[in-house]
Amino acid sequence: MNSTNMLLAAPELWVMVMACVILIVDLYLGEERRGIIHMLAILTLVFAAIITLRADYAADGVREAFAFNGSYIRDTMGDVLKLFSFLILAIVYTYAKFCLRQFRMFRADFYTLSLFALLGVMLLISANSLVMIYLGLELISLSSYALVAFDRDSRLGSEAAIKYFVLGSMASGMLLYGMSMIYGATGTMDLGQVAQAVRSVGSDDPLLVFGLVFLVVGLAFKLGVVPFHMWIPDVYQGAPVVTTLFISSVPKMAAFAMAIRLLQTGLVDMQADWSQMLSILAVLSIILGNVAAIAQTNIKRMLAYSTISHMGFVLMGLLPGTAMGYGAGMFYVIVYSLMSAAGFGMVILLSARGVEAEKLDDFKGLNQRNSWYAAIMAMVMFSMAGVPVFVGFFAKWMVIKAALDAGLMWLAIIAVIFSVVGAFYYLRVVKLMYFDEPLTEAEIDAPVDFRAAISLNGIMMIGLGIFSSSLIAVCMASFGA
Amino acid sequence: MSLNWPILSVLIWLPILGGVAIMAIGEQRATLARLMALAVSLLTFVLSIVLYSAFDNSTAAMQFVELKPWIETFDIFYRLGVDGFSVPLILLTTFFGFIVVIAGWESIQQKVNQYMAAFLIMEGLMIGVFSALDALLFYVFFEAMLIPMFIVIGIWGGPRRVYATIKFFLYTFLGSVFMLIGLIYLYSESGSWSILDWHQFPLTLAVQKWLFLGFLAAFSVKIPMWPVHTWLPDAHVEAPTGGSVVLAAIMLKIGGYGFIRFSLPITPDASAALDWLIITLSLIAVVYIGFVALVQQDMKKLIAYSSISHMGFVTLGLFIAFAVFQNTESGRGAALGVEGAMVQMISHGFVSGALFLCVGVLYDRLHSRMIADYGGVANTMPWFAALAVLFFMANSGLPGTSGFVGEFMVILAAFQANFWYAFLAAMTLILGAAYSLWLVKRVIFGEVANRNVEQLEDINAREALVLGLIAVAVLAVGLWPAPLVDLMHASVEQLLQHIQQPKFSVAGI
Repeated sequence: MNSTNMLLAAPELWVMVMACVILIVDLYLGEERRGIIHMLAILTLVFAAIITLRADYAADGVREAFAFNGSYIRDTMGDVLKLFSFLILAIVYTYAKFCLRQFRMFRADFYTLSLFALLGVMLLISANSLVMIYLGLELISLSSYALVAFDRDSRLGSEAAIKYFVLGSMASGMLLYGMSMIYGATGTMDLGQVAQAVRSVGSDDPLLVFGLVFLVVGLAFKLGVVPFHMWIPDVYQGAPVVTTLFISSVPKMAAFAMAIRLLQTGLVDMQADWSQMLSILAVLSIILGNVAAIAQTNIKRMLAYSTISHMGFVLMGLLPGTAMGYGAGMFYVIVYSLMSAAGFGMVILLSARGVEAEKLDDFKGLNQRNSWYAAIMAMVMFSMAGVPVFVGFFAKWMVIKAALDAGLMWLAIIAVIFSVVGAFYYLRVVKLMYFDEPLTEAEIDAPVDFRAAISLNGIMMIGLGIFSSSLIAVCMASFGA
Repeated sequence: MSLNWPILSVLIWLPILGGVAIMAIGEQRATLARLMALAVSLLTFVLSIVLYSAFDNSTAAMQFVELKPWIETFDIFYRLGVDGFSVPLILLTTFFGFIVVIAGWESIQQKVNQYMAAFLIMEGLMIGVFSALDALLFYVFFEAMLIPMFIVIGIWGGPRRVYATIKFFLYTFLGSVFMLIGLIYLYSESGSWSILDWHQFPLTLAVQKWLFLGFLAAFSVKIPMWPVHTWLPDAHVEAPTGGSVVLAAIMLKIGGYGFIRFSLPITPDASAALDWLIITLSLIAVVYIGFVALVQQDMKKLIAYSSISHMGFVTLGLFIAFAVFQNTESGRGAALGVEGAMVQMISHGFVSGALFLCVGVLYDRLHSRMIADYGGVANTMPWFAALAVLFFMANSGLPGTSGFVGEFMVILAAFQANFWYAFLAAMTLILGAAYSLWLVKRVIFGEVANRNVEQLEDINAREALVLGLIAVAVLAVGLWPAPLVDLMHASVEQLLQHIQQPKFSVAGI
């Protein structure tokens, strides 16, 4: 354990090197050959996936290995989340290329920034010490701030970026403050040792409890759950749709991993404390997210509120502190990222030259313009609403089951009632697409790779639902359930 | 007799995959879509006849069982099987699957492929509901079914279709999520999703009551019972003819089927303890909704309210058993009640489906559903009038038609339980006759009311085929119900045996 063991972190190293390579290569490429950057980025993800899959660190049967003196961990949960990050980012890039070209913003910055953010995501997923968590988190955050302000001529974008930056820095500060208290109480940065120290110090140590509160605040901000959600709607709306697409999908998985590492690995003995905090956050998010989304007319904002409620569901999986619950939360966050990518992918698809299709009314009559795209969006919406047989249903019932098993009947009942409330605004999108007349008859066209990606992403909604068995098994196995 | 191929899977997936294929051929080739839908639905119907003829009605055991692992982590199986309760309902489903394809042949001109696909997918999902023996699989079919119906009402419906369809979806969705909590609870307790395992699983009375209420939330909305019926008139009025037909003929039956498959056998003691609740609500539905139907101006609304009133008979018949056990030695009337409820479901399926088709025939011609716009239709449409009168007679429970058999059986059973139950239930014979015959008088008989009616053309061969087929079924069940009753007899006996044994005594509490 006390070795550097660099090879274990090969996927991270590869992504870091490639991000730098792309940064440099771009200097020598003209506008018209920028497609190469896209290819390189996709290639990076493909090889990162291959490297992750080929790693043979489970020699002694325990799928867990450490590097960098124990501050880096490779385990099944990390590998699965990383693989899905690569997959989703590849989908994001395919959507983004089309969108960036249309908006005349096809610059390599998007790729380098998002690759650095991906590096942060990977580090956060694999973090096993407080420092590594902070490092990964800041890498994601700083890249994301820049990505939100990516369209530098957009006033809304700049405003969103400033808002995101100020609130995000505050949250990082909170988190750091909490970490320092944890460090003060336990005398170690390593999460495994933190867990041991908590056991000997006792979980009712005031310093630890204070530290936990600040950690949960930081965590809640990054996940975007009520009452630390204020930034989500503004940032989602203000940022260019490609950025929204990115920040709503991949970093959510990292935030989930951060919660697992901090709460399950580090502070598992304080489960009674954080479970209560998380249940309040979860309930408020599920209620507010679903209710506020009804009032939105902007689809990016609507999806932002929907994200808030989905994150509430993820917390609902975490808070019982059971292996089944963690697995359910992991399944939920993966599924959510896929749904979110598909949802924003549809927004991109409908964006006509230079104008984002961010109004709900832009979806009017989509079935008459193109029935396949309408079917994709309908599947995404039904999946988000949690209607079987779409994958979102399986995610929902698993977290509800986790809550029920922990005896939290009231939480389960609130969750199901508000998912019915939530179904209303998802249905409204379906209504607009199927029952209303289109505002424009304009042909919807997109390059073949975009069409393939969005079709694949849409089919996943039902395919992963019917064939959810293996993904559920992997998520559960990650936590030994 | 058993078959060596998975007939239930074929029955479920043939229409679903057929529907997907029809969706894929595109909007331009409407005739091809119609023909394909006809072929698929006809084939499904023929296969269900094969199912019927291979079905052994001497046993209550599940037949044609299929078992494949689905989600192993949570012990969820793709588990199918049918008994005497599901086979008649599957036959009804495939029959109407075929009927709605023909009924929508000409009246649907817009997005024909999506229309046909929605109905076929819905058909497959409904067969899935009737044959699923795994609770989660059941729930998946139960909920997924809402999507095609939502689309059907929303695209091809009337002026207030959006309101009606969203109301329909949210109402049923809200009901069923409570059931989902109950199902998850049962799984956590028993470690199995198998409905049959749950039948034997001991539960305390308090738990049973909660579960019962969870099931009630789902099935009372679906069937629907007073006071959660308000979505139904809206959905019926706004839906296109085919949608109303499927809604009335099959979807409502899923609520009744749910009571038979879940509420009664899984929570028998709670059913016994709370039977007063169901009986009261059923009698309110029978009597009060009967009066409500009397004052309707819109034909579809009238039939919708009449459906609610008739479904009250179903719930009454199912839950009267407990009172019968209490009041009589033999408990002979209990079987009569349950069988009557089943016959009533099948009969109501035929009759209400036919009535909506009749309204559809008129609506296609005059584009009005208002009673006041018609009068003296018999003068211009004699063939139609003959068939419509038959169906309205069946609706009011005329002996010789299927409507009589079920109602009569339930009323007989109610007499064994309590005179006043029977008295109130029998009110329907008066009320049903009143609103049905008054409608007939105003719409079909009398002088020709206006120019529009004067120019009506009688039903064509396609419409005659559809209505004629159902008329044969209505008369067949009415005159010779024995095959239908025999089909379910063994299952009914077993159910009644089962619900008499308290479950909590096994739990040792």
